[in-house]
Amino acid sequence: MDRPLGEGGADVAVEALRFRRGARRIFDGLSCRFPAGRISVVLGGSGSGKSTLLRLIASLERPESGAIRVDGELDLARATADTLRDYRRSVGMMFQGGALLNSSTVFENVALPLREHTGQTEPEIRETVHRIFEAVDLEDVDDLLPGQLSGGMTKRAALARALVRRPRLLLCDEPFSGLDPATVRRVEELLRAVNRRFAVTMILTSHHVESTLRLADHVVVLVDGRAIEGASEEIRACAEPQVREFFADVAEASP
Amino acid sequence: MSAPLDGVARLGARTLRFVEETGEMARFAVQVGAALLRRPVRLRRCLDELYDVGVLSLAIIGVSGLAVGMVLGLQGYNTLVRFGAEESLGTVVGLSLIRELGPVLSALLVTGRAASAAAAEIASMVVTEQLDGLRMMSVDPVHYVVAPKVVAFVVSMPLLSALFSVLGLLGGYLVGVMFLGVDGGGYVSSLEGSIDVFEDVVPSLVKSLVFGVLVALIATFRGFHAAPHSAGVAAATTSTVVVASVTTLIVDYFLTALMGV
Repeated sequence: MDRPLGEGGADVAVEALRFRRGARRIFDGLSCRFPAGRISVVLGGSGSGKSTLLRLIASLERPESGAIRVDGELDLARATADTLRDYRRSVGMMFQGGALLNSSTVFENVALPLREHTGQTEPEIRETVHRIFEAVDLEDVDDLLPGQLSGGMTKRAALARALVRRPRLLLCDEPFSGLDPATVRRVEELLRAVNRRFAVTMILTSHHVESTLRLADHVVVLVDGRAIEGASEEIRACAEPQVREFFADVAEASP
Repeated sequence: MSAPLDGVARLGARTLRFVEETGEMARFAVQVGAALLRRPVRLRRCLDELYDVGVLSLAIIGVSGLAVGMVLGLQGYNTLVRFGAEESLGTVVGLSLIRELGPVLSALLVTGRAASAAAAEIASMVVTEQLDGLRMMSVDPVHYVVAPKVVAFVVSMPLLSALFSVLGLLGGYLVGVMFLGVDGGGYVSSLEGSIDVFEDVVPSLVKSLVFGVLVALIATFRGFHAAPHSAGVAAATTSTVVVASVTTLIVDYFLTALMGV
C-alpha cells in the first residue's frame, strides 16, 4: 500500500468559501478547519451543505471563490486538473450509497485503484485486498456483486475501497444513514479503529448527533451557510440557539 | 411581452440551447477520441461491452432482418409481377436492403435496444455517484466507462447491419422462391448482377460505421450529462432514442446524397 503525498494525516483548512448551485447560494464566506489525524464530523440539517462541503474538499466541485488548503500549501480552488488528479490519489471517499461499480464484484471494486495506480502483481493485489477486507471486518464477499450486500456490508466495502491505497484524508458522506442502531455502533467502532490504525484525517458528514458525540474529536456545525466549530464538548456547551436546538434531543435523553 | 415576441424569445432560447448542446457534444467527442488513444487499452471492458451491444442484439437484428426481407419479397413480387418482371425480385430486395434498409433499420433497432440501455446505465451511474467514485480513484470515467461502449457500438454496427441484410436477402428468397414460385436461379443471378461490392456494399458498411459513431456518442453523452435523479435517467433514455433515431434518418439522407447510394 502506498501514500502518494507524504506521510501522516492531511490538515485541511477552508477559508472564506463561496459556492452556489444554480440560483441557490450554499456557502457565503464559509471558514472552518479539519485538524490532521483527527476525526471531524460536519453536522447540519438537510440542505445545509454538508455533502457539498465534502465534495468541495474532494475536489469534485469547484468553489466560486475562497480557498481549500491542504497542509497549508495546496489550494484546491486554484489547482490544475493534473494536480487535482494527484491530490485525489491521497484521498479516499466513502459515498453515502457506497458508489461501488454495480457490474463488478466487491473484490474487483476494491482492487480497481490498485490495478490502476500500482504496479502490484495479481497475488500482491489479492493479498492487499484481503488484508483490507480483514481490517473492515468483511468476509467471503470476493465474488458478490454490490447489489447482493446488506446496507452495513456496502458501507464496509465502500470503506475498504476508500482505504485500500492508505489515503491521508478519508471523506465519509453520511456513513450511518440507513443503518440499524447495532450496525451504526459497529461502523462507529470500525471508523475509530481505522483512524487509529491508519492515522488518517477523517471528515464525516452526519445528522446522527449521538454518533457524532461518541466519535468526533472535532465538530463543525453548519448553520445558515456559516460554521460553528470546536471540540465535541465545546460544541455541546455552545450557547448558539441553533446549535443548542440540534443537541436538545440528546441532552434530554442524557441522565 | 406580447405573445408573438414571447414565441420568438422561446425559439431563440431553444436555438441557443441547441447550439450550446452541440458544442458540448463536440467537446465530449474530442474527450472520447483522446481517451481511445490513451493507455491502458481496456480490452476486457471492450469485450464485455461488445457482448452487451453486439451479441445481445443478434436475435432482434436476425428476426427483424428476416421479417423485413420477407415483406420486401412479398411487396416486390406483387409490384413486379404486374410488369412480368418477377425475376428481378433479387435486385429489388438486394438493393433496398443493402443500400438503405440494412444500415438504417439496424441502427434504429440498436438504438432502441442497446443505446437506450447504455444511456440508462451511465445515467444511473451518475445518480448513484459511481462516476464520482471513479474520479475519486483518479480513474477517468470517459476512459473507463464511455470509451469501451463507443468501441462496441462502432465495431458492432456494421456487423449487425451486414447480418440484417443477409437475413433479409434470405427472407426475400423464402417468400419469393419457396412461397410465390419465383425461379431460385433467377433470384440469385439478378442479385449478383445488380449488387456491386464497391458501389453498394462498401458504402453501406460506411453508413453503418457512421451511424455507430453517432448513436454511441449520443447515448453516452446523454447518459453522462444526465441530471442526478431518477427522472434524469428516464430523460436521458428517452432523449437518446429520439435524438439518435432522428439523427440517423437525417444523416442517412446526406450520406446517400454524398456517396450516391
